[in-house]
Amino acid sequence: MKTMLSIISNALCRMTGRNAGARVVVSRSFADFTPQATFDIKKCDLHQLEEGPPLKAELTRDQGLQYYRTMQTVRRMELKADQLYKQKIIRGFCHLYDGQEACAAGIEASINPTDHLITAYRAHGYTYTRGVSIKEILAELTGRKGGVAKGKGGSMHMYAPHFYGGNGIVGAQVPLGAGIALACQYQGNNQLCVTLYGDGAANQGQLFESFNMAALWKLPCIFICENNKYGMGTSVERASASIDYYKRGDFIPGIRVDGMDVLCVREATKFAADHCRSGKGPIVMELQTYRYHGHSMSDPGVSYRTREEIQEVRTKSDPISMLKERMLSNNMASVEEFKEIDVDIRKQVEEAAQFATIGSRAAAGGSLQPHLLQQPAAGGPRDEPLVQTQVCQLDLNPNLQIHSDPDR
Amino acid sequence: MAAAARFFSRRANFKLSLSAVGTGAHSSFGAALLKPSPNCNSRTKTQRRHAAHFTFQPDPVPTQYGEWFIFGEDVAFGGVFRCTVGLRDKYGKDRVFNTPLCEQGIVGFGIGAAVAGATAIAEIQFADYIYPAFDQIVNEAAKYRYRSGNLFDCGSLTIRAPWGCVGHGSLYHSQSPEAFFAHCPGIKVVIPRSPVQAKGLLLSCIADKNPCIFFEPKILYRAAVEQVPEEPYTIPLSQAEILQEGSDVTLVTWGTQIHVMKEVAAMAQEKLGVSCEVIDLQTILPWDTETICKSVVKTGRLLISHEAPITGGFAAEISSTVQEECFLNLEAPISRVCGYDTPFPHIFEPFYIPDKWKCFEAIKKMINY
Repeated sequence: MKTMLSIISNALCRMTGRNAGARVVVSRSFADFTPQATFDIKKCDLHQLEEGPPLKAELTRDQGLQYYRTMQTVRRMELKADQLYKQKIIRGFCHLYDGQEACAAGIEASINPTDHLITAYRAHGYTYTRGVSIKEILAELTGRKGGVAKGKGGSMHMYAPHFYGGNGIVGAQVPLGAGIALACQYQGNNQLCVTLYGDGAANQGQLFESFNMAALWKLPCIFICENNKYGMGTSVERASASIDYYKRGDFIPGIRVDGMDVLCVREATKFAADHCRSGKGPIVMELQTYRYHGHSMSDPGVSYRTREEIQEVRTKSDPISMLKERMLSNNMASVEEFKEIDVDIRKQVEEAAQFATIGSRAAAGGSLQPHLLQQPAAGGPRDEPLVQTQVCQLDLNPNLQIHSDPDR
Repeated sequence: MAAAARFFSRRANFKLSLSAVGTGAHSSFGAALLKPSPNCNSRTKTQRRHAAHFTFQPDPVPTQYGEWFIFGEDVAFGGVFRCTVGLRDKYGKDRVFNTPLCEQGIVGFGIGAAVAGATAIAEIQFADYIYPAFDQIVNEAAKYRYRSGNLFDCGSLTIRAPWGCVGHGSLYHSQSPEAFFAHCPGIKVVIPRSPVQAKGLLLSCIADKNPCIFFEPKILYRAAVEQVPEEPYTIPLSQAEILQEGSDVTLVTWGTQIHVMKEVAAMAQEKLGVSCEVIDLQTILPWDTETICKSVVKTGRLLISHEAPITGGFAAEISSTVQEECFLNLEAPISRVCGYDTPFPHIFEPFYIPDKWKCFEAIKKMINY
């Protein structure tokens, strides 16, 4: 009886896509679900590579639900940030990541927590995937003490162990990422660095300097260009002579990946990570993705693109919907389960927003150098410059082997 | 809480003091003052706002500035501060165009264009992003005329950049880098304090035969309202302007801080009976040493203020020159009220900026020295 009900509800689910199934069956046992399925993923365009990532990806039920949860959390968190910004509870600059969740989730799924990651200012998603709680992120946005950078950093300056932010100057994080990769190589710890940048930053000179050094010294660095089609208000065609960002590394192999498909991102990043860890040197990945919001909160996002375009991406390629539909059509989870996850995430985000709104502001006395505030008002202080300590210091191995390459 | 109140009071007084400037000091421009520019009519809803922007509208008929073109990130649709709104439609897309995201490239490109004879107006989206172009400015633009024995020069290059604190800018949207460029012979650095000054000084920069950097206080894009004359006019560079005559203390600053200083001068008069002379430096490099020194000789006390960090800030240069020239006239050590030596903070901005209370304290100290 129960099996027949499940079959009926399944069929109804697939036909109507939504609630009919929920009314037929109240509870389902987990034994009904497919534990694992294999999906076809888009082939990646390759540059300077014979073989690329696989064309099929395996997904277990648990993994699927986890990716869903991660992406939905980032989505809801960003939408909450949007709301708080409009209420003027968050001030300053705020660059939202909704639409691009598959990139953050897919990358995190394929690297180790001990690997390193650095990105530009659209960093809330990565801050979350790298282990910072929603509470700490929202509190940082509102400038509260409970924020991950004690409220002093704001949107663009959030850090965590093995996550180097959060960088305001476009492209400046790429040489930093190459440097982190160099440290990994020095230490011989089999770690790598994922260095992210956008299509706008792809035209910065310092990127090409980093590519050259990384290739020359075979640094374990994955350069990832999140191509969301617009560098602030300028479309890629109007900004770049070549929009094949995965080829921009020239002598560095490159892969172009569908950045709206979390499985595609995961497989490609896994492939790239293996490439780096095997000592072959750096690799460039281009994730083709899309952001629903404008560049920042002061950009409505519709003066350089049409609402129809945004709507089209939302309906046809939304990363969260794509994963959900895949799992539902393969009977890997139920609609109610997803609903439960949604409700739970909403609750968590709501609580975090509460925490971020009523918490106390960053304390000036505790955070700045103490002698700074004791200065007399006139004449200005003669104080030591404030040194920002790194959240995570890479300890250089005292027994390190000096590299034998004389050019270093 | 008190700090927040100070911060808000600093802001709230802006509109009052600024609108007074327009009517009083510039009556010499006559009837033209009251006529809004024709471009305003098409947008009656935003008319008042439109008048406030540092909108650069060069006169289309006389080509005393040569064939100019404006380029930078996002200038085509009007720019992030709407400074170039309508220019593309009016002058065409070969004269107002976007560049990719590459400051070094933008300035290098501008230098090349200027060397070849065009009038290039490059926009750097925020002064905080000017550093990739620093090498081009310092090593190429500033030295072109000198190294080529006057055979070539990039005098027709003007670089514009929004400058200074804005209330919520934090590290990378609030910087005041004039001191870095003041250290570079071969360029001019100019900072206006209001729309009327902005137009005059910008046109002077464009006409000037040296590469100029024009820093526009971004907080004033929206806060400052003035009646700006329609026809082109220039304000001479390297001439400081005495806004208010006084006999006891000389207050020197530039840009946004002028408005703070005017309040400080009023406070000093009211509470201490101290008469302050307020001077707007306008051009940072080369700066008007004569006006400042003459003033200090008269008053005997000098206070210099700027948002940039105090160590190595431009106040240090002024202070050094003044003590050389006016040593025996000084009644008290020269006072500098500036930003602290930290990166420009996010939520601590109200504590960081040299607000009127800090300046007032400094004056008190000097008077009682």
